Amino acid sequence: MTLEVDDLRVYYRTLKGDVQALDGVSFGLKDGEILGLAGESGCGKTTLGKALIRLDGRMKHVGGSVTLDGETLPIGDDVRMNPYRFKQVSLIPQYSMSAMNPTRKIGRMVRELLESRREKLDLTELHHRLELVELPKDVLGKYPIELSGGMKQRMVMVISTLLNPSLLIADEITSALDVSTQKAVVTTLKGFRDRGFVKSMVFITHDISLTNQLADTIMVMYAGKLAEKAPAATVVNAPKHPYTQLLISSLPEVGVRYADKRLTGIPGNPPSLLNPVAGCRFRDRCPLAFDKCAEEPPPVEVEKDHVVACWKAA
Amino acid sequence: MLKLDGVTKVYRIGAFGGQTMTAVDEAGFEIKPGEVVSLIGESGSGKSTIGKMVLRLLSPTAGTISIDGHDIKKMGKRDYYRKVQGVFQDPFSSYNPVFKADRVFGMIREVYFKGVPDKEWTAKIEAALDAVRLSPGAVLNKFPHQLSGGQLQRLLIARALLLDIEYLVADEIISMLDASTRIDVLNLLADLKLRGLGVLFITHDLALGNYISDRTVVLHKGRIVEYGPTDAVFEQPEHAYTRKLLASVPQLHTKWEDA
Repeated sequence: MTLEVDDLRVYYRTLKGDVQALDGVSFGLKDGEILGLAGESGCGKTTLGKALIRLDGRMKHVGGSVTLDGETLPIGDDVRMNPYRFKQVSLIPQYSMSAMNPTRKIGRMVRELLESRREKLDLTELHHRLELVELPKDVLGKYPIELSGGMKQRMVMVISTLLNPSLLIADEITSALDVSTQKAVVTTLKGFRDRGFVKSMVFITHDISLTNQLADTIMVMYAGKLAEKAPAATVVNAPKHPYTQLLISSLPEVGVRYADKRLTGIPGNPPSLLNPVAGCRFRDRCPLAFDKCAEEPPPVEVEKDHVVACWKAA
Repeated sequence: MLKLDGVTKVYRIGAFGGQTMTAVDEAGFEIKPGEVVSLIGESGSGKSTIGKMVLRLLSPTAGTISIDGHDIKKMGKRDYYRKVQGVFQDPFSSYNPVFKADRVFGMIREVYFKGVPDKEWTAKIEAALDAVRLSPGAVLNKFPHQLSGGQLQRLLIARALLLDIEYLVADEIISMLDASTRIDVLNLLADLKLRGLGVLFITHDLALGNYISDRTVVLHKGRIVEYGPTDAVFEQPEHAYTRKLLASVPQLHTKWEDA
């Protein structure tokens, strides 16, 4: 297994107390596996992505561990985490438009970046990768402002994976892109995995239809906890957690018309994570809720590779 | 009937406005009362520019927009906004964070309903909130940060309904909402349509356009490339661009490789 996350807890410090944004999530990721991390705003998906590479000032590592290729990552320690970044764990930022240094030509920026990691720039390899994403060689002599949004996104993807990291985190990288560019980006990411540039990948998005195009496994989160994790086809076609079921049934697809089939949303709002109630966090919105939901349902493997945290599914 | 005829918008760009860019090029289509028309296009296709021109936030360089045969340029703004209102993408920046959210109703009252007695006004607000399926107790007297994105967007629609509008411009109104709540706002638009409201639904998401609209306009680089009943556009697209766009939409139950 490439990545093992065990009971990871990351809280945000606020004046009112700790926001329990990521509260005890465990999962594993095999070599060559792409994990799609889906959920609504505030479910903890971005917090999980950040926890694997860099906690910002407000975030506090409360418990649990992350193991990558047999080594425990010191995720709570910003300085000790540094040698792992870019080489073992890398990130494609959401806003690639502003991810590059505007005062440097791209080639020089890449060289400086590698020097700061004490790595040599392999120019033939870089050219080869630019070719793969269909960027001309001369982008290296240009400033970021001279590139279009889609080109910048591809350039950032090449830079992030240049040192063949073991784990790549892609956080909402397609949400600002048009549908046709979206497709190109997702196809490129898949190509990176197939060519072995990255061993495994965590693809974070709110768009389940898009995740399904790329991911081998989909993990659905709700209010800081794991709701369901299963192979992509299972999550889409036969989800077991009531939240996943309702979420999937609320998605409009091309071909579904209001006049023929009326979709419904999920009533209510996600709970506040400041002092969340004990028990299942979805129970206030859940149509199947019963007495036992006052206790927290543990994630149970109901079938092979299919983990669900719900009393009704087990 | 809201009708656009040969509407063109040319922006001046560059340091001294020396260059020009045609954002919308001779667009023409119509919205009937009780009909949802979706305007679909990628970024830079001119869809929001059209929305802004209909709302008179921008004036067209050429062409006319008319309601029931009257050129909208010749109508007084005060009268015009009783007929046409807009709701935009970001519900959080549509409100002033230091004032309570229902102040948007108060502002409407100040301009249009000064003489209306309190009792009648409260009844009017309750009717509008009822139409957008919000309970007054849950949203009145609250600050914007105490309400969810879906509630804020519905309040804005309720505000537009207070004016007994005929047409609503909905510019990406649900792209910032979560998957579990966005569909309810969409259903709401469809219900309002049954009450006779004409809706211009601007979106980049083809699935949403397909779900709700009666007719679809596909824009590409400022030009209308396809215009017709939604079923026809989605099932038998004639233009190569529409076909390419449809092929790129991620579908839940089909993978791109299999298509």
